[in-house]
Amino acid sequence: MSDSTTPPLAELVRQVRKTREYKRLTDAIPYTRFMGIGVENLAGEMLCRMAFNPRNIGNSLLPALHGGTLGALLESAAVFELLLQTNTERVPKVISLTVDFLRSGKPQDTFAKAFITRQGRRVANVRVDAWQDDRTRPIASAHALFLLSEP
Amino acid sequence: MSDDFTLPEDKAGRMERCAVFYTDVVPHNHALGLRLVDVGAAEATVELPYAENLVGNPETGVIAGGAVTTLIDATCGTAVFLKLGRFAPLVTLDLRIDYLRPARPGIVLTCVADCYRLTRQVAFVRALVHQGDPGHPVASAQGTFMRTEE
Repeated sequence: MSDSTTPPLAELVRQVRKTREYKRLTDAIPYTRFMGIGVENLAGEMLCRMAFNPRNIGNSLLPALHGGTLGALLESAAVFELLLQTNTERVPKVISLTVDFLRSGKPQDTFAKAFITRQGRRVANVRVDAWQDDRTRPIASAHALFLLSEP
Repeated sequence: MSDDFTLPEDKAGRMERCAVFYTDVVPHNHALGLRLVDVGAAEATVELPYAENLVGNPETGVIAGGAVTTLIDATCGTAVFLKLGRFAPLVTLDLRIDYLRPARPGIVLTCVADCYRLTRQVAFVRALVHQGDPGHPVASAQGTFMRTEE
């Protein structure tokens, strides 16, 4: 489905690991583009950011971000951490995802940072936190399992 | 206690009242194109139509996990409203999703959620996501929700 100007995903990932032109990768994935999810290097640390967009609202009265959008950000951050900070050759497949919703998401940009707790040959365990103004007060956290390769 | 927040007894009325959560009231449900297709006493069925802009892997065309998470969260919330018989302030406490088999591209995803236990403060919901055959789900999920009124 990729057009002639876009290299295969595995090749694009290899290039972006070196060049850190993260936008080339997130732009190549329709859903992250649709959600406004990007990868950034802030003070030497790779983070994910979900830019605020009114269409990501789940509760118009508060207003608050849709819980599903926070789940999407957390899962994306885990996938990008595995793709860009390890040498995995293929897109990790999510096995399971558990999200704890801790605080309501305000209508503003949201950040996420993933930590690989264990990377085996076949399975990776990843923990992710999402926050807005104050990193010490996360609004959601997740732990996820990914399959890295076929046996 | 009949007010604007109480759900009617009849199925058509319940469908109509709950459907607003997929059109006007919840912008992100609308942005994903979620549509409520069935309601029961404590069950909701919601569809996520396939769309190019929801693809998570451009090489396989498979829908992103995040869109499936949103489908499940929304369907579970509606199941709680149906069990309660009214719209009450609700927050998702947690959601666990197991991805049982790869979703096929180009095919609608259907989520069926059942609020199987409701206490004074907490609602417990389980859900399955399938692509036409409920016997072969692509994902199963378990969520807990908290009532925030009082």
